[in-house]
Amino acid sequence: MSNFLSSSIGKKLIMSLSGLFLVVFLLVHLSINLLILFDSTGGLYNEAVHFMGTNPLIKVMEPVLAIGFIVHIVYATILTLQNQKATPTKYNVTQKTKTFSWASKNMYILGFAVLAFLVLHIIQFYVKMKITDTAPIVEATGGHDGYKLVTDLFTQHGTLSYVYCAVYVLAGILLGLHIRHGFWSAFQTIGWNNYTWKSRLFTLATIFAWVIAIGYSILPLYMTFFL
Amino acid sequence: MADKILKKLYIKVWRQKNANTKGKFETYEIENISQGSSFLEMMDIMNESLVAKGIEPVAFDHDCREGICGMCSLYINGRAHGPDTEITTCQLHMRRFEDGETITIEPWRVGAFPVIKDLIVDRRSYDKILHAGGYINVNTLGNLPDANNILIPYEDYEEAMDAAACIGCGACAASCKNSSAMLFVAAKVSHLAKLPQGQVERENRAKAMVAKMDELGFGNCTNTGACEAECPKSISIAHIARLNREFLSAKIKD
Amino acid sequence: MAILDAKIPEGPLAQKWTNHKAKIKVVSPANKKKLDIIVVGTGLAGGAAAASLANLGYNVKAFCYQDSARRAHSIAAQGGINAAKNYQNDNDSIFRLFYDTIKGGDYRGREANTYRLAEVSPAIIDQCVAQGVPFAREYGGTLANRSFGGVLVSRTFYARGQTGQQLLLGAYAAMNREIGRGHIKMYDRQEMMEVVIENGKAVGIITRNLVTGELERHGGHAVLVATGGYGNVFFLSTNAMGCNGGAAMRIYKKGAHFANPCFVQIHPTCIPVHGDQQSKLTLMSESLRNDGRVWVPKKKEDAEKLRRGEMKATDIPEEDRDFYLERRYPSYGNLVPRDVASRAAKERCDAGYGVNDTGQAVFLDFKYAIDEYGLDVIKARYGNLFQMYEKITDVDPYEYPMMIYPAIHYTMGGVWVDYNLMTTVPGLYCLGEANFSDHGANRLGASALMQGLADGYFVIPYTVGDYLADEIQTPTPDVNSAAFLQAEEETKARIEKLFSINGTQTVDHFHKELGHIMWEYVGMARNEAGLKTAIEKIQKLRKEFWSDLRIPGDKTGMNTELEKAVRVAEFIDLGELMAYDALNRNESCGGHYREESVTEDGEAKRDDENFAYGAVWEYTGEGKEPILHKEEFKFENVKLTQRSYK
Ligand SMILES: Cc1cc2nc3c(=O)[nH]c(=O)nc-3n(C[C@H](O)[C@H](O)[C@H](O)COP(=O)(O)OP(=O)(O)OC[C@H]3O[C@@H](n4cnc5c(N)ncnc54)[C@H](O)[C@@H]3O)c2cc1C
Ligand code: HEM
Ligand code: SF4
Ligand code: FES
Repeated sequence: MSNFLSSSIGKKLIMSLSGLFLVVFLLVHLSINLLILFDSTGGLYNEAVHFMGTNPLIKVMEPVLAIGFIVHIVYATILTLQNQKATPTKYNVTQKTKTFSWASKNMYILGFAVLAFLVLHIIQFYVKMKITDTAPIVEATGGHDGYKLVTDLFTQHGTLSYVYCAVYVLAGILLGLHIRHGFWSAFQTIGWNNYTWKSRLFTLATIFAWVIAIGYSILPLYMTFFL
Repeated sequence: MADKILKKLYIKVWRQKNANTKGKFETYEIENISQGSSFLEMMDIMNESLVAKGIEPVAFDHDCREGICGMCSLYINGRAHGPDTEITTCQLHMRRFEDGETITIEPWRVGAFPVIKDLIVDRRSYDKILHAGGYINVNTLGNLPDANNILIPYEDYEEAMDAAACIGCGACAASCKNSSAMLFVAAKVSHLAKLPQGQVERENRAKAMVAKMDELGFGNCTNTGACEAECPKSISIAHIARLNREFLSAKIKD
Repeated sequence: MAILDAKIPEGPLAQKWTNHKAKIKVVSPANKKKLDIIVVGTGLAGGAAAASLANLGYNVKAFCYQDSARRAHSIAAQGGINAAKNYQNDNDSIFRLFYDTIKGGDYRGREANTYRLAEVSPAIIDQCVAQGVPFAREYGGTLANRSFGGVLVSRTFYARGQTGQQLLLGAYAAMNREIGRGHIKMYDRQEMMEVVIENGKAVGIITRNLVTGELERHGGHAVLVATGGYGNVFFLSTNAMGCNGGAAMRIYKKGAHFANPCFVQIHPTCIPVHGDQQSKLTLMSESLRNDGRVWVPKKKEDAEKLRRGEMKATDIPEEDRDFYLERRYPSYGNLVPRDVASRAAKERCDAGYGVNDTGQAVFLDFKYAIDEYGLDVIKARYGNLFQMYEKITDVDPYEYPMMIYPAIHYTMGGVWVDYNLMTTVPGLYCLGEANFSDHGANRLGASALMQGLADGYFVIPYTVGDYLADEIQTPTPDVNSAAFLQAEEETKARIEKLFSINGTQTVDHFHKELGHIMWEYVGMARNEAGLKTAIEKIQKLRKEFWSDLRIPGDKTGMNTELEKAVRVAEFIDLGELMAYDALNRNESCGGHYREESVTEDGEAKRDDENFAYGAVWEYTGEGKEPILHKEEFKFENVKLTQRSYK
């Protein structure tokens, strides 16, 4: 494995694995979130929140997830910087060539937009639940009332709630775009692609990106307009 | 089937005396170009008219003029090998342009391909990658087994041939925002990895070529697919996946 | 005549090469390391030679004018490479390949060389496959073959329509291996400007670095020139823009003799000229004639309507189509050799049956093959060629017949070499299309690739040892010796002179002019009066060139106009030499057709009594008539017959 991490493909593999890991996290996170839709009393969701907050495995995974993000971002930055250095002079005229997607050329920007959102998101939820402990409590269990925390955000802040809703929907879309390219790209990087799989992976990535984008947008919309 | 005549064209082209000087764009007017002419014939005509005016003609690379030697380059109106697909610049015809149009011509812009003069760049870094391992180690001295002793399934031959069709033009790196040489390297690695003859050295080959590619300062592939879209030989990025596979499985054993 | 000792080995034809190899001298591995060999050209011939010699242990310096060895014009060969493998079991053999080649060459080649070519041909295929050349395969995994013009067996190996490319990339890969191991030093973007001769032996070359414009001196114990053909004398040809006869002419002017310069092959299936802005002609592979049928209208009115664009090919009913090749040559039909097919097309067009607006085109029709085999089969066979045709002409050949016309394609003539491929200058060798040796007056399709690789992989590695064995005591030539300095000075003076003209016309102007003269008088049909006119006109053109040329820019640095000027200066001299040769050869043979020498039904008539020799020319000075030497060809193994493809 000597020099593995300094090779271009090695670095790409790190990107790909960390990206896929984050994808898994997104899926878990999304499925829990969607519980809100199925129980307007919030019981179901809060149970899940409670489970996530107390389960030792999840506790272990928290720092791992953080590392995943850091690795992903650090390598994204290294790759992006190297790539800019490899192209010192830019073209005067560039036409949109028929590449796979706009996203494929703007992953770093998309990534940072997602990151910016994440910071907001963490302040709004994670910090309140885990650090300052200012989140509401469910009387019965004594655990955090995640449900209330979430729904309040989208319903109790007047116009600001609409802004939050828009920001969250936008983030969902950006995430979808990031994944539209990232998902199949990760497989390509691992080497899981050939003539036949090429179109399959594209289709899969597109479907998956829609799932993420819609999945994450649907909640704020639901809460803002239907609760 | 007489071709239409383009009465006037404005050719905006990059001029640079040599690697050490700064370049700039110049615009030249030319008249009466038949749409049946090739793009490079248009360049010839422009150069003839420049020489007549005592201006040094625009230097550009070209040789076979039939899309196979890989010598011609040019980034025309924002696209490697110009506004058509599956062709090289020398196969581009003036049918693709309109009267009165301004055509912008730039050299390949890749850090590892420095400009030599005007539109000519130095693509020797591609050769260097191949020197590092783009071959099968067989002596050229005869006494080899009969060719038909090596059976190659038709599909494998087809896929190897798809990859082997690379002409080394550099459009892949030139159209890549990261200046990545992956498609070129993948084409060679994939060609040889698909054949029984190439099995023995496949691991070393992938490692050596990728190491050289990185060393020469090409960028990292982010799978944007621009290379595949502009490759005159339509080499698929599925070959890049094979390169990744070859490289990763070789590296894991180190 | 001693200067033309062809060194043909004794013994029966089939034993000559074996005997020869057994007798020639060999250099020990330890001594090989001390010997430097210069290889100019990295096409199939030069590339294969450089790789093989380096593999043997010599120090090789290889040169090409392109930016990479991989771009030599061998890359453009489409159709395939012959080899006497008899994989199809259709009674092919080394002798049959030899016989076809000699006969196809109209008995103007050297038996021993041609036989050796056929003899080593199977090894070429083995070599290439081992290197990873992806030759076409059958479904069972064995190698596929196709048939080619002028022969009755199927012995052509191919890689889609890109055989030359794949073979060259094979040779280039072999070179890369040696470059990687430090046995070859590659000099790209370098043009050979002069050969250096010291004490009667070739010891090096002078090159111009095309990037910096500087002249460089390179020494070696032997110099191999493998710089390809000179078809570009005609300006328009299927050759690459940079193909040139420069290196061959320089060595000719330094004492290497030039043989049969007038033997030029005109390829019947090229895309017709579209206008006077045309810069080069594109070949449509000969393999197309396997499935395409060549025709023109039977009625002149139809042809005229086609020319005016009032009618389409598809409007002409079956019975009004003249499949003139099938009509004239029933046994070979559309697969007659190139020279025959080309002249037949010219004959029809001259008679007023040409089918495009210039009247210089015939149809090549795939409708019949599509009807018989189906669209998919034809697509699989020729897809990329059809696509190329459509890109160039904007016409879809699946729907509408292709239009083709003959164009200059290959030069059989070249530097005279003996059996060892050595020129008349000791230590100076010539390989591949640049030499004259194997194809007589006409080359069969798919045989040039075979020759290039045979020379490079299997002949020169042996024969060069015979000379070098005596050179092991010679130190590496000193590039500061008087001979080198003088050669450099002369080259410098030549460049100065070109610059100092400061006239009014561009290089291309003269090149086109030369092309017109050559095509008109030294083209597909030649006669005494025309050839004399040609010589006069060329001499006049030379004067104009040297008094009215204009090269803008600087001597230093890259100067593409200067590069062209250097080449065109040599083309003019070469054109003149070709005209002298054509004038001397008052017979029709192969690609050379003298209107004075024809049978009653208009077919070419050979004159074995007076012309069964190679015309070998010795340079006598600028603008002076060269001296003719003759290498009499002895045919001990084939009977000379008039070629008949009827
Ligand atoms: C369009 C086309 C299709 C063909 N198809 C076939 C086919 O199907 N089958 C077949 O058998 N043959 C075919 N031929 C013929 C065959 O390709 C050539 O005859 C053969 O490849 C010549 O090889 P070569 O090595 O002698 O020369 P080339 O491949 O022409 O190489 C010449 C080399 O010399 C170098 N050079 C030239 N001048 C100089 C100089 N002054 N200084 C330094 N370097 C120099 C060049 O850079 C180049 O590397 C075809 C030819 C053409 C043009
Ligand atoms: C939830 C968050 C994220 C997920 C699920 C995710 C997922 C992915 C995936 C799967 C890939 C494809 C890897 C490959 O091409 O092999 C990828 C690529 C990339 N990601 Fe992310 N990512 C996330 C956040 C971020 C962040 C915060 C950044 C910040 C800068 C970022 C920047 C990038 C870049 C630049 C690439 C392209 C790198 C390349 O292809 O070489 N991502 N991402
Ligand atoms: S992969 Fe395609 S674009 Fe890249 S060098 Fe080869 S032919 Fe050119
Ligand atoms: S000039 Fe050869 S590919 Fe364009």
